[in-house]
Amino acid sequence: MPSFAEFIDVFLATTRDVLPIVTILVFFQFAILRQPLPNPRKLIAGFGFVLLGLVLFLIGLEQALFPIGRLMASQFSDPAFVGAAPGEAVDWTSYYWVYAFAFCVGFATTVAEPSLIAVAIKATELSNGAIGSWGLRIAVALGVAIGIALGCYRIVTGIPIHYFIISGYVVVVVQTVFAPRMIVPLAYDSGGVTTSTVTVPLVAALGFGLAESVPGRSTLIDGFGLIAFASLFPIMSVMAYAQLAEWQAKRARARRAAAQKNAPGKSTPGKNTPANDGPGEDVPGEAT
Amino acid sequence: MIAFFELVVLRQPIPNLFQLLMGFLMVLAGLTLFIQGLELGLFPLGEGMAHAFARKGSVFWLIVFAFSLGFGTTVAEPALIAIAAEAAEIAAEAGVVKKNEEAMDSYALGLRFTVALSVGFAIVLGVIRILKGWPIHVMIACGYVLVVIMTAIAPREIIGLAYDSGGVTTSTITVPLVTALGVGLASSIKGRNPMLDGFGLIAFASLTPMIFVMAYGMVI
Repeated sequence: MPSFAEFIDVFLATTRDVLPIVTILVFFQFAILRQPLPNPRKLIAGFGFVLLGLVLFLIGLEQALFPIGRLMASQFSDPAFVGAAPGEAVDWTSYYWVYAFAFCVGFATTVAEPSLIAVAIKATELSNGAIGSWGLRIAVALGVAIGIALGCYRIVTGIPIHYFIISGYVVVVVQTVFAPRMIVPLAYDSGGVTTSTVTVPLVAALGFGLAESVPGRSTLIDGFGLIAFASLFPIMSVMAYAQLAEWQAKRARARRAAAQKNAPGKSTPGKNTPANDGPGEDVPGEAT
Repeated sequence: MIAFFELVVLRQPIPNLFQLLMGFLMVLAGLTLFIQGLELGLFPLGEGMAHAFARKGSVFWLIVFAFSLGFGTTVAEPALIAIAAEAAEIAAEAGVVKKNEEAMDSYALGLRFTVALSVGFAIVLGVIRILKGWPIHVMIACGYVLVVIMTAIAPREIIGLAYDSGGVTTSTITVPLVTALGVGLASSIKGRNPMLDGFGLIAFASLTPMIFVMAYGMVI
């Protein structure tokens, strides 16, 4: 059980993190805009909720997820588990459990990421529900999962990071040309929001543990970089999600048109894609 | 999912089941409260201030506000402080700075200010973009090109770190506020679509730190 003192500690730390933001907001509100706060009671209650929510969230993580996550990260990357004598070069395929674990950590932590939830709420609101909050979160989470798994592969094989990142950029730029215009800014944003409170500590632990145990890797040089992967791949997966949803919508329209002409439509093979796995099967795309 | 890995793959019992369940409950309760608070406090505040700035019509103060929001929230970001300290170690290892407490501290501090400056700059750039209605993908693509060029000339030790610093800058409180700011601005300026123009501030905030940090690595 978390003690009361612990609660106070985390509360104070979180308050300290929030304080500069509140100072800036208050300063501008009163000194520059010279306006009283509209609805001050509600705003203060809201801030209180956010603060309290974050504190509970962080303590819960500290109690439940972080110890296990760190432990598992080190267990999985342990040479003994992988089945190699220390110091001996290992084939990258023997690390398959690490990739599976990385995938799951990426997925699970991203779905629970508070800042992603915030952006997803806004996106749903602005698109009048066309972009489902769950669909977006699942798409982003899949992107992070793939990104981190690939990042682990990179640490194991030692391929320089910029090759991956630069080819990632090329894919992003190409996708931007084809993706529905509405989704582009949101997709770019989702790259940045994925990595905060939950993901960074766990992923960093995984990266450092892995770099330490794989022979020939330097913790300092190779341990970094997982977060970069985790912020690049969601951009692609969100655009892919939108493209797929648009494609599906087009197909459905075509099928309906075909059905009206009494022509039987072809069965749709379920392509392996984010939107099909997610519970949020709402159709985004362009909310015109 | 974690239970599966613990039991099936690693074949180890889960330590402290009760503590684990408590933790999960707290995470759930915390998230619920957080979302409530967002809707009540952060979103209306961010959007309200954006509207107020738009009414006031002073671009100068809007930009000052955008900059201080980006700078102020980043410079105190705990994840950034941790990463900066680690980076100082790398630099000391590589012989870029002297291996003593003082030199490493000043390196870490310099790095923090670099990242905070870059985020402030990014939010300003994003706000100007919303005001002018520039297309986002062109700017991001230019950013990418810059990153690639910088990668080619920056010292190797800093690259992984620079790429990561893009991701850690955006904290849980900053993201909702900045999003609300963008959306509020885009919806109060005529001819802007909040969906198209409101998003994208965070994208800038995670791109510019890479460029700035690599530049920092080259200068030092």
